[in-house]
Amino acid sequence: MVTGELMSGAEIVLKALADHGVEHVFGYPGGAVLPIYDEIFQQDKVKHVLVRHEQGATHAAEGYARSTGKCGVVLVTSGPGATNAVTGLTDALLDSIPMVCLTGQVPTHLIGNDAFQECDTVGITRPCTKHNWLVKDVNDLARILHEAFYVATHGRPGPVVVDIPKDVQFAKGRYVGPKNIEHKTYRPQVKPNQDAIRAAVELIAKAKRPLLYTGGGVINSGVIASKLLREFVKMTNIPITSTLMGLGAYPASGKNWMGMLGMHGTYEANMAMHDCDVMINVGARFDDRITGRLDAFSPGSKKIHIDIDPSSINKTVQVDIPVVGDVAHALEDMIRVWKAKSHELEKKAMQAWWKEIDGWRAKDCLKYKANKDVIMPQYAIQRLYELSRDREVYITTEVGQHQMWAAQFFKFEDPHHWMTSGGLGTMGYGLPAAVGVQMAHPKALVVDIAGDASVQMTMQEMSTAVQYRLPIKIFILNNQYMGMVRQWQQLLHGNRLSESYSESLPDFVKLAEAFGCVGLRAEKPAELDDKIREMIKTPHPVLFDCRVASLANCFPMIPSGKAHNEMLLGEDVSDAEVGSAIDAKGKELV
Amino acid sequence: MNAHQQPTGSAYFLDTSKKTVETHTLAVVADNEPGVLARIIGLFAGRGYNIDSLTVSETIHDKHVSRFTIVTTGTPSVLTQIRHQLERMVPVHSVADLTVQGNSIARELAMVKVAGGGEKRMEALRLADAFRARVIDASTESFIFEITGKPDKVDQFISLMVPIGLVEVSRTGVAGISRGPEGMKV
Repeated sequence: MVTGELMSGAEIVLKALADHGVEHVFGYPGGAVLPIYDEIFQQDKVKHVLVRHEQGATHAAEGYARSTGKCGVVLVTSGPGATNAVTGLTDALLDSIPMVCLTGQVPTHLIGNDAFQECDTVGITRPCTKHNWLVKDVNDLARILHEAFYVATHGRPGPVVVDIPKDVQFAKGRYVGPKNIEHKTYRPQVKPNQDAIRAAVELIAKAKRPLLYTGGGVINSGVIASKLLREFVKMTNIPITSTLMGLGAYPASGKNWMGMLGMHGTYEANMAMHDCDVMINVGARFDDRITGRLDAFSPGSKKIHIDIDPSSINKTVQVDIPVVGDVAHALEDMIRVWKAKSHELEKKAMQAWWKEIDGWRAKDCLKYKANKDVIMPQYAIQRLYELSRDREVYITTEVGQHQMWAAQFFKFEDPHHWMTSGGLGTMGYGLPAAVGVQMAHPKALVVDIAGDASVQMTMQEMSTAVQYRLPIKIFILNNQYMGMVRQWQQLLHGNRLSESYSESLPDFVKLAEAFGCVGLRAEKPAELDDKIREMIKTPHPVLFDCRVASLANCFPMIPSGKAHNEMLLGEDVSDAEVGSAIDAKGKELV
Repeated sequence: MNAHQQPTGSAYFLDTSKKTVETHTLAVVADNEPGVLARIIGLFAGRGYNIDSLTVSETIHDKHVSRFTIVTTGTPSVLTQIRHQLERMVPVHSVADLTVQGNSIARELAMVKVAGGGEKRMEALRLADAFRARVIDASTESFIFEITGKPDKVDQFISLMVPIGLVEVSRTGVAGISRGPEGMKV
């Protein structure tokens, strides 16, 4: 028997959102959610942000969630509203972003009838959510909403969908508060096994060439995890590299920082991965962009893997010491045990290891040929970084070459300041994500480092930015190509550039004006700084058309099917080498 | 088959075929909520795992808890991965690999329809008696036998019925349970 205040389903939704401290909901109305929109109209605790496409709502909620550590909330209608949200839900699933997506549904008696704007939302979203619910009784609604927030934010975070038929939104039911609500059975393991912790510490203490390989799990574990990671690095002096998702957990200015690893990672990070003797994976998942050729992946190392999700352990890479639990808890325990045993790494071995690393660093693998007449894309990002250093800056990206250059050349000092689509690789992520970030941080500088192709996928969200006076900066590295597609065609397909050239690009400056925001263009290196400064000080949304060298490619690169020590470096790549870098086997890989 | 897909050392081409493939029986206890079967089947289909047999029924009605028995094949690492993937599903309470635990019991029920006359009818009854199959329906030209046992016993019975006049078979799939006083976490 449910006791509590009697209210309509729509009222219950708004009450639950308020009780979970939700301040912003990203959404788009439609027939099957009108009762909820009617409630939104009559209250002022939860602010609704009207996007222009439901995919935009999901990415905005992701940006919001990643930059705050809170749960992102999305509200969309049935049918096309729900199907348009699928890309963002999948993106959030692969990158472990907490998100609650509420979808309207046709009335219960019409479900299964092929009604107008009906789709099997729970069926379609089952494989792209952590969990989902169809609410058939208004008296279950409050409990399910509380469970939804619990599931989205506990354990490995992820997106959930609550599908609410229109008659349930109208029906009267009892509201119960979120107090003591947890899922009836879902209990992810947060505290790690202490034997595993002790074994991990013992292994690290004996290491001669240890390496920390950190990932998005450190960010998801909260700011405290980044603090503990920094303490652990300081205490042990172990070199550290990170995946795309984990940038900012350890500061790029820190002396142990080696840069990102993986397919477009630095020479020093990848060589160290290959040659280390103890690898400490903290909240990363041995993704194929990281490991390269698996049978040649770090062949001489013992591996420790800290992950909150047991299914991540031994999925692709066999590890010696698995530690299941939350990163912050695991690091705290490891630091405590390390101190209690007064461990210290062998000085001589560490000196030799650092000397070797410094040798790799001296390669200066990110160097590129500067140009006086044409803006190099790498240079554009370096200038953007230098000219925005004195501010609190949040960076989002789309997907492609610009994304990798941003990861290589922008220096992140803190967690939660870097939002990018890592697992799913969703072009069009960055612009709506910037909308979500700016909503959460109205005073900060929010820049979407974009490509000319990606940005057109969710361009309509400029209109959202204008409506809510969100002064996001869209910094387009415009080379008139789908650059990463072209780079792969050069590597794999005999330089036959099939459909990777963008014909008929819009005039981005005029487009900005049409949206009611500010358009800027830079064509020469000499004018770049002034234009970037102008962009930063403009208190409105800006579309910045940065015309960059059209044929620049992104290096270093581990070609598909190759090992970490078989990297292509920018300087020594001739056209012939580019053409033959990937063998027949590697060509089949993505 | 797929000769062009040579193993390359990439995660995409983890070559599991060269390692020994084993058949394991998993028991899964989960909330009996709408869609839970689709969720479990979707996991196997979406990640390319095999289902050799699957049975499910609600076992604790007042708590709406169901128990699945899934027979699956894969290399040891794939089987471990299947267990972890099942365990992390929100409605799943617990998963046991009955084959790893050893000492477990698996049984299956089949209804076998056999048609024919004369000596064949007598032969069918003799074999049924030997296999402890019961006659649950009879007409002048047919029998339906109910047989319970290990899957290979059921297989054997069915194959013996083929020359006699096997018409059709309905099998439940395998249900499994571990021996001893301990039960699965509910």
